[in-house]
Amino acid sequence: MSQNNNEHWQRTRRLMFTTLGVWFVFSYLLHWFGNALNEVTFLSFPLGFYMAAQGSLIVFVVLLFWFAHAQNKIDEEFEVHEVDDLDNN
Amino acid sequence: MIKGKFIDNIGKIYGIYTGGFLAFVALMAVLEQAGVSAQAIGIMFVAFTILIYAMIGYLSRTMQVDAYYVAGRQVPTVYNGMATAADWMSGASFVALAGGVYFGGYGYLAFIVGWTGGYVLVASLMAPYLRKFGCYTVPDFIGTRYGGNVARFCAVLVLVLASFTYVTAQINATGTIATRALGIPFEAGVWIGLSGILLCSMLGGMRAVTWTQVAQYIVLIVAYLVPVIWMSNKQGFGIIPHFGYGEAVARIGELETLHGIGELKPTEKFAGLKALTVKHAHASDSALASWKFVTLVLCMMLGTASLPHILMRYFTTPSVRAARQSVAWSLFFIFLLYFTAPALATLTKLQVLDPELATGIIGKAIADVELLEWVQKWSEAGFLKVSDSNGDGLLQINEFFMRTGIVVLATPEIAGLPYVISGLVAAGGMAAAMSTADGLLLAIANALSHDLYYKIIDPMADTKKRLIVARVLLVVIGAAGALVASLKLTGILGAVAWAFNFANSGLFFPLVLGVWWKRANKQGAIAGILGGLIAGTAYLYYVRFAGGEPWIGLDHLRFGVIGMAVSLVLTVVVSLLTEEPDEETQRMVHEIRIPRGKTVLDVSH
Repeated sequence: MSQNNNEHWQRTRRLMFTTLGVWFVFSYLLHWFGNALNEVTFLSFPLGFYMAAQGSLIVFVVLLFWFAHAQNKIDEEFEVHEVDDLDNN
Repeated sequence: MIKGKFIDNIGKIYGIYTGGFLAFVALMAVLEQAGVSAQAIGIMFVAFTILIYAMIGYLSRTMQVDAYYVAGRQVPTVYNGMATAADWMSGASFVALAGGVYFGGYGYLAFIVGWTGGYVLVASLMAPYLRKFGCYTVPDFIGTRYGGNVARFCAVLVLVLASFTYVTAQINATGTIATRALGIPFEAGVWIGLSGILLCSMLGGMRAVTWTQVAQYIVLIVAYLVPVIWMSNKQGFGIIPHFGYGEAVARIGELETLHGIGELKPTEKFAGLKALTVKHAHASDSALASWKFVTLVLCMMLGTASLPHILMRYFTTPSVRAARQSVAWSLFFIFLLYFTAPALATLTKLQVLDPELATGIIGKAIADVELLEWVQKWSEAGFLKVSDSNGDGLLQINEFFMRTGIVVLATPEIAGLPYVISGLVAAGGMAAAMSTADGLLLAIANALSHDLYYKIIDPMADTKKRLIVARVLLVVIGAAGALVASLKLTGILGAVAWAFNFANSGLFFPLVLGVWWKRANKQGAIAGILGGLIAGTAYLYYVRFAGGEPWIGLDHLRFGVIGMAVSLVLTVVVSLLTEEPDEETQRMVHEIRIPRGKTVLDVSH
């Protein structure tokens, strides 16, 4: 494996772990404490209910668009991106 | 008006289609005012939409292998997102999700979190890499990455088990809706539903399914959002209720105390019907309750990332980059429905509970409630039951029984909206169930025709023969699914949750490790797939059918936790105990991590 590809993979892995870190917080950690969060009111919702019904979902959508963007940047930086979308066909 | 290739005009074509559909809805509204019967409007809604899908299916017919299996790998990012969303959102999402929140309150939101967050795993761990691999099916990846027909066959086994469990529930749902809208017996409804499904997929495979799914997404999302927005406007929660229904949640909290919800338990039982006994926003207040919430989220998320009919949608994008973006768009389109479902459940619940609203029925005289048109109609259909258990002449919360699915189907009537909205909802439910059934049937038939028939049984088969086999299998599996559905064995949602658990037990770790761990080898994968599947299934049998006590709250909806744990340990341990994969395989794994360059498998293989 070349040096360039090696570094590209390191960065890709780091991005994956960051993404999954955010994912873990909004999938599990927060909802574990749903009852405590419900004591807080957000937009007149109990916060625990809000996070499970809407908040986490919004985070996931934003996270995925950010992830796609960040991975593209990494690919371009190491010049392993697809030059043309039709390149592979 | 339209010149050149379909793909170049795709925005225009679906724009015209959406406009046409809205015009059709308006026409139905006019006909309703003119006195056309509700029955006739229901029939026209379902018949018209199915006709359109069948037409798209026919126009997308093909005799090319890569068009049939992966839509020629030219589906644009956003459209693939819509198709995946339709593929994903089943009859259960459309019909049962809001009802689930209505009855299950906070605890049920685990499904909402689980069925959206799984896409984070699809994007970061799987889809781009499988796209670079260039496979036609999920077992195609397992079979090539790990080598040998045994691993491929094991993957086919899990795929068939998970997808078939899932598809019977969808055919069941199309049958239920066809039955209600067309006024025919359920057994006939199932077969009519199946014919619609096959019309969309048989001639054009993945290409036809893709373009019908986009059309179905448009119908289902319009059908889901319109009643909610309408109802919210009537109740004064604004045009977009999603951010403003917090007050409704608070009001329900007050009404729960008033009506004694959570304390009053039903004293009578009616098969398939439930009374409301759970508080709406009451969150997990013990470690066990929190554990149950997060394990359900876990099973649904990892199941999402292993369901072949979802993963194969990302094989159709033009590039690796497009696959990643397409996952984000998929989640966005799914999100539109999923963050609406709790709003719908909350607003409907408020309609029923609040004595200050004209629609409120709890606490009213039973004689008055029984006079309501929607109560009569749905009671006749067996979806609802009002029973004066304590004989005081008033309707208490534990005397009002409903089926889960009714929350979406009957909401327009509960809120007093015109019938045209109910017809629209029926068309939307049909679109949701059909599109998922299409994707699942195709996933099964493709795995059997490509992996079992072509790769294992007859590698010399020519293109024509392969595609004929694929179509024959599609019809046979569809018929088998309809046959099982007509036996009415399980409720819609039980089977759906099981499909996720079967998929994650057998496929999640062998797939992820296949991409992320070069050391994973054939023996490890086979042990992981079979071990996970057997352990999960055995636990399901123990907890569901053998009357076993669940271990730390892991009931039949969460059997994947056991299956996945076994699968992970076996894949890793057996791989380490046996020799590492050969250089050729290691090079292949290296190759899929770099977006640039040719796919690992040939364009046609």
